[in-house]
Order: sequence, then C-alpha cells, then structure tokens
Amino acid sequence: MNKKYILGIYDDEDILLDAIEKIRAAGTKIYDVFSPYPVHGIDDVLGIKRSRLPIAAFIFGLCGMSFALWMMIWMMGFDWPMIIGGKPHIALPSFIPITFELTVLFSAFGMVWTFFIVERMIPTFRVNVFDKRSTDDKFVMAIEVKEGVTDMKALNNLLRSSGAIEVNEKEVVK
Amino acid sequence: MTEERLIISRKTNNRFFLMIAIGVVMLIAGIIFMAIGGGAGHGEGHGEAHDVVSWSKRLIVNLWLNNVYFSGIAVTAVFIVAVHYVAYGGWYVLVKRIPEALAYYLPIGGIVMLLLFLIGRHDIFHWTHEGLYEVGGPEYDPIIAGKQGYLNFTFFLIRMIIYFGLWILFARLLRKNSINEDMYGGTTYYDKNIVLSGAFLVIYGISSSTSAWDWVMSMDTHWFSTMFGWYVFSSWFVTALAATTLAVIILKQNGYLHLVNANHLHDLGKFVFAFSIFWTYIWFAQFLLYWYANIPEEALYFIDRLGGNNGHYKAIFFLNLIINFAFPFLVLMTRDAKRQMIMLKIVSIAVLAGHWLDFYLMMMPSTLRAESGFGFIEFGTALVFLGVFLLVFTRGLTKASLVPVNHPFLEESVHHHV
Repeated sequence: MNKKYILGIYDDEDILLDAIEKIRAAGTKIYDVFSPYPVHGIDDVLGIKRSRLPIAAFIFGLCGMSFALWMMIWMMGFDWPMIIGGKPHIALPSFIPITFELTVLFSAFGMVWTFFIVERMIPTFRVNVFDKRSTDDKFVMAIEVKEGVTDMKALNNLLRSSGAIEVNEKEVVK
Repeated sequence: MTEERLIISRKTNNRFFLMIAIGVVMLIAGIIFMAIGGGAGHGEGHGEAHDVVSWSKRLIVNLWLNNVYFSGIAVTAVFIVAVHYVAYGGWYVLVKRIPEALAYYLPIGGIVMLLLFLIGRHDIFHWTHEGLYEVGGPEYDPIIAGKQGYLNFTFFLIRMIIYFGLWILFARLLRKNSINEDMYGGTTYYDKNIVLSGAFLVIYGISSSTSAWDWVMSMDTHWFSTMFGWYVFSSWFVTALAATTLAVIILKQNGYLHLVNANHLHDLGKFVFAFSIFWTYIWFAQFLLYWYANIPEEALYFIDRLGGNNGHYKAIFFLNLIINFAFPFLVLMTRDAKRQMIMLKIVSIAVLAGHWLDFYLMMMPSTLRAESGFGFIEFGTALVFLGVFLLVFTRGLTKASLVPVNHPFLEESVHHHV
C-alpha cells in the first residue's frame, strides 16, 4: 500500500524548532523530522518520550554481572577447584575485575543490539529516505496525508508560513 | 542578568553559633568523662587490658581528622573551579560562586593544622618521636630512620606551609579576578583565570598527593601505598562535589539561585555519581593488590582495619563501602533521581557523612588503635568544625553576587540543557 507524505524542507535549525511547535499547536500530527545532525531540544518540541534504553542497559548489566559471578564461582569453586595464591576457592575480591568487565560488556553490547532492533537498523530492513538532502544540509519534516481528511492547501500554507523553503509531496511504497 | 545577593539572617548565624556551642559542650563533657575514667562511648571496657588512650590524644586526633576533612573540601573546591576554567566549562557558571566560597575555610584550616602539628604532633604521628632515630637506642627503628630525609619536623612544616600558602594564594587570586569581573566586565579577568587555573591544577596535582602522604599516610609510618594520594584526592573530590550540590539545593530551597534548574542539578548529580564510582575504583585497586599479594608489611593496613584491633573497625570498613559506593551508585543511577532535589540531597548528605567516616577509617586505627569510638569527643569536634565551616562559607557567599553577572559563559549556563 502506498502512503503519501507532505515534506516541508527547512534550512535553519531555529526556524525548524519554531515551526514544529507551531505546526503541532495547529493540531497537525508530524510523522517524523529528519536532520543531518542531532538537533538540540528537538525531542522535547516533537513530544517524543524518553527512550527506555537505560532500563534495558541496567538489565543487561545485571545479566552480565550474574553470568560472570556464576561462571567464576562454578568454575573455580565446583567444576575444577584450584588453589591460587593460597586463597580460598571462591575468593570474591579476585572475581570483581572480571565481573566488572562482563557487566560493562553485556550492557554495552546489549544496548547496541537493542537499539538496532528497535530502530530497525538491521541490513534487511528497508529504510525510507524521504529527501536525500536531509543527509546533507537540509531539515525535512514529514507529515502523513490521510486521503479525504487532510486539507492539502491549508497544510501547504501552514508549512510555508512556518518558514519552509520548499514543500513537496512524496509517495512511499510500504 | 541581575545580581543576586545572599542575606544570612541573624537567626541562621545564631544557629551556626549554637552548633559550635553544642559542640564545645559535648567536647567538654567528653573530656571530663574520659579524664575521670571509663572513657566515653565505644572505647569503654577494653581500657584495662591495653594502654589507655589519654583524652588529649583522642581530642587531638579528632581535631586533625576534621581539619584534614574540611581543608580538603576547601582546596578541592578551588580545584573544581580551576578544572572548569581550563576545560572552558559553561554549564557550571551559575553555581560557580559556591565552590569559590567553600575555599574561604582554607586560611583557618591552615592555622589550625599548623597549631595542631606544633602542639600535638607526638599524638598524631609516630615518626615524630626522637628515639626512633637514635642508632642503637632501645626504640631505634631502621625503617622509619630510613624515611628521615622526607619525614622530619622541619621539612614537614615547610611542606605544610607551602601547600597552604599556594592554595590560599591561588584561591584568593581566582576569587579576586572573579569578583573584579562582576564589577568591570570584559574577558580579561576570564583569560587571567584560565592561566591561573592551569598553574593551580599542576600545583594541586602534586600537592594533593604529597599532602595526603604527609597528613594521612605517614600516620601508618611503616606502611606505604602508591595509590594513597589518589585515594585521598578522590575522597576529597567527591566530598567537595557533594558539598557544592548540597549548598546549591539548600540555597535554591530558600529562594535563591532561581536561574539554576534541573539541568544543572543533573550535572552535579552526575559528578557525585561518577566520582563515587571513581573513589570505589581507587579503593578497590588499592585493596585488591594488597589482599592478593598478602605481603605482611603491606597487608598490615587492612589487617588493622578488618580482623586486627579485636575487629573494632570491621563494621565501619564495610559500612564505608556501602554508604560511599552502593548507596550513591544505586540511588543516583536513574536520570530522574539526579534531577530531583530530594534524592540529591539525601545522597549528598550520605556521601558527606560517608567520607568523613572514610577519613575516620584512615586515621583512627593507626593512632588510637582499638581505643577509638564514637563518643562526645567525636561528635563534639565534628560539630564545632561544621559550625565554623558553615559560618565562614556563608560569609564568603554573601561577599559577592550569587550570579557571576559578567562571566562570558553566563548565557550558556542559563540555557544549559541536558
């Protein structure tokens, strides 16, 4: 099914931020905004909720910590007990560095993979690029057009009056 | 941006004086209890079997402990300011006046430390006893005698004067330029402070380590640790950050610093969080190697604090880790906790108390052995020092506008956003 989008092209960060606020205040739902670099404060004006990635990171970290402790306690304490430096088999202080490393490793890799999966950045997924200039020097705001509901002319005017230098239409194959 | 002046009411000032008065009363009570016999608080009961610690020794060690702790906060506050100058930090401008004012304790700290060393050095430092250096004498100690080139009365005194002299000089100069900037504007004072800060960082980098060896590590005269300078520095740093955070929150709750918002608190919270972990890292790096190698002269330090001294310090040893690592680590982990005043306030107070305990654990086992405790003398001394520190700190705060009105990065700080 094809979807139609209206694209507002902006060339200034501050104008873009003002425009987003204006357009949202007018009751129009913004599908997404594409920018060549992270724009400070854009999450707030777009009303995007904070990422829950830190919670995932914490859980991955806990997994890494438990895995490391379980691994070393089982190996050194039960599977193949060895006396090293006259210490007890299960000598917790000497396990701490590896526990720390695995906690960091698990939470870092877990976070990266979670991010890729949630953002659909796996090679087989197709990502729609609305306007190639959003990877160069322009900001692109995409608004979904609902047939028969969206007033195209009003939307066009709204975008123009908010400072868009161009307004385009784009059909995307889903 | 308009100036914002802090007004300390008579009532608040009286509260500080009351604090000092209560402290003094507790001190006197503690001294009387100890002088009559029995000993105050915890130390009771063990008295007969070991040599009894005199009240004067306990008092002097406590004074030294608190003075090192509070002087550390004061000088590390200058370090915080200097670091942000050199790093072109913008966000901290709105809270900059607080670490600047914390440094006002330095001259008092210097005088108190000098007097304590001159009067009570034999109670604090084992190496000050003359007999240790007489070859063939009954008390001759070849290890300590080998350290005489560094650990001797004159050189120690000279070093102490140099540290405090340089610290006070740089604190004064940085503060003076900062206040002149308020009056005259322009970027000349800012540029001057960057140069001064660079020089101070070098001086502080060396003197924080050497002063830690002098004032804390040399109490365990036989023992040594290459990590010790860092260990004390990390403790001071996180304490100074917690003191700054707590002061910002209290000022804000009393209607000052209205430009400071959750974003600034967030960054302060991150600092406290990060450097609590840093302290733990240093603590553990020192512990792990000594525990693993288990060489008698090295492990002695931890034996004194764990099983030794009748296990007197075992509980404090683990409490130290819980209050200074586990608590701030778990509580300040989330973003929301760092942006809420109540959470930050609880953690700052815990960290301030926890690192006082950390210094207690560094100093008491090597001086009072198993005879230390938490009695009137401990709390009394701490209260007196806290009262004096707050008095000097708040007086410093009132001397200039809380907002550095002409700082070049002020605008950036006002719009700071995390």
